[in-house]
Amino acid sequence: MNHWLTAPILIPLLGGILQVFMGYAPISLRRTLAMTTTVLMLVSAIVLLVLADDGSYRAYAFGNWQPPFGIVLVLDRLAALMLVLTATLALFCHIYSIGGADEGNRQFHALFLFQLLGLNIAFLTGDLFNLFVAFEVLLIASYGLLMHGTGTARTVPGLHYVVLNLAGSSVFLISVGMIYSVTGTLNMADLALQVPKVSGENLLIVKAAGMMLLVVFGLKAAILPLCFWLPKAYANATAPVAALFAVMTKVGIYAILRVYTLIFGDQAGELAGLGMDWLFPLALITLAMGVIGALGSESLKTLVAWQVIISVGTLLAAMSLGSEAGTSAALFYLLNTTWVVGGLFLVADLISRQRGTARDRIVTAPRMHNRTFLSTLFLIGAVAAAGLPPLGGFFAKLLILQAATPGIQMAWLWSVVLGGGFFTLIAYSRAGSIVFWRTVDGHVQDPGKLSGTVSVSAGALVALSVVIVILAGPITRYADATAAQLHNSDAYIEILKTPMVGEEN
Amino acid sequence: MELAFALAIGALTASGVYLLLRARTFPVVIGLTLLSYGVNLFLFSSGRLATGGQPIIGSTSQYSDPLPQALVLTAIVIGFAMTAFVVVLALRNLADNEDDHVDGYQSEPKSRKKTEDAEVSGK
Repeated sequence: MNHWLTAPILIPLLGGILQVFMGYAPISLRRTLAMTTTVLMLVSAIVLLVLADDGSYRAYAFGNWQPPFGIVLVLDRLAALMLVLTATLALFCHIYSIGGADEGNRQFHALFLFQLLGLNIAFLTGDLFNLFVAFEVLLIASYGLLMHGTGTARTVPGLHYVVLNLAGSSVFLISVGMIYSVTGTLNMADLALQVPKVSGENLLIVKAAGMMLLVVFGLKAAILPLCFWLPKAYANATAPVAALFAVMTKVGIYAILRVYTLIFGDQAGELAGLGMDWLFPLALITLAMGVIGALGSESLKTLVAWQVIISVGTLLAAMSLGSEAGTSAALFYLLNTTWVVGGLFLVADLISRQRGTARDRIVTAPRMHNRTFLSTLFLIGAVAAAGLPPLGGFFAKLLILQAATPGIQMAWLWSVVLGGGFFTLIAYSRAGSIVFWRTVDGHVQDPGKLSGTVSVSAGALVALSVVIVILAGPITRYADATAAQLHNSDAYIEILKTPMVGEEN
Repeated sequence: MELAFALAIGALTASGVYLLLRARTFPVVIGLTLLSYGVNLFLFSSGRLATGGQPIIGSTSQYSDPLPQALVLTAIVIGFAMTAFVVVLALRNLADNEDDHVDGYQSEPKSRKKTEDAEVSGK
């Protein structure tokens, strides 16, 4: 029992509750407290990452109930990695939001912190039903955040997002019920033990439930037939919210990675590798679809929103290879793409503020202010996202390409990933050259100086792709160890034997 | 009992899905509610249907599983909150677009243009 596992959940929870009661306090006080909460959360996530790096599993049983009878939190390398990924992204988005985006809604910081609370529960939980609850917590906060801001542009995409996710929640509950009715447990470690024992007519029930879970996680991750809600919703969201949402699709990917390596992994008997043969082609089509969307986008924010879908396709294609090398490459790509896409949303918002009525639309406009700084950020972000050397995206894609085993699979993966990368590059260069180079005569009203907080946070998030290259050695080692841990699920089951308080000796 | 229970779940889910596919926000909200009723009943039955059973092993020859009731309770609370939110959102959609179509406008793009104008002047 390690009580520190609850820290990434308790910190945003308490900070968020404080914000709820402080809606009428001076905004500087609210900002200070909210930033303190996010910084503390990042510190706790880094502490847990250091703890998890020894390769063992740590469990925390709520109320001292022996698993599988109670709810457990489980910390392993993957969970710690996701915590740090989210906390880092959240810190920079939060810094950006205090540059003015948090005004106009007294509960912005509370919603932001509750969003982080939900994300952290989802990454730490070791229980399938608790994962459903975590999804609902992060979703209801995200509904509020998505609607944040002025104007009516968000109403219809917000409605679509909410209705789709409510339908998804129903499917999640049905599949949870089906799994429980056969196995009698919802603890993930116990499920990993029970699912291989299922036989006869019950096998079909668990199989159907597993496929329905894939649909739910696919909706969260925005895989092809379920991705049409994403570009509009993300492109219309307020910039720091859209940047934070870069990690929302990754929750679906995390859930697929967790459930389909642990419960339906290699040891699952007849159900081993369930759904993976579906995932590989769907991932590649998603990637291709994302590239087509990026080529046709009318504004910078829509372009970045399609980049989210391209990332999802690439990640799932690497994961569905089912090998340790593929998973490790996907984790490396995950770090790079989440931070860079988040950064690009912020950069697009900065550009949109400097261009007067042209905003972030990809059209010719009078010369903008602060052109050198913004175009440099856009260039770094675009190079990292499209996967050109020398930035992080290139190494990540190289690892993914190397992970494919020679054969028909390799041919598909290489051609779609490389072709997709080429056309993504065209989309970025088209957008960049029109926005930055092709100016017309005229005058844009001076929007004032770029404030320090927004330029530092946007710049820092994009610059993280350079940091990833510098730290490529340690990150690759960590990703390899995480993949090895994921593909050897016997150790995860050991958490069922964790000694409870009072019986430790 | 099983047949009646299954028919109830089926009827609720089928009507829920039908209403969910309608083009106006009010039927969609009702459809989501019916769907969640169906799902809650389904979840309830995952512990098997038993009458007169106690949730304590050894007290009677037949015992019932208390866990699905805890799951259903959680699902009901969450579903209630989500329904409240989607109702408010549907009302805002109606107020913003002067239309309760789920896309904010019908085939006639007149109301849509009006929305865009309002948005530009609002900024």
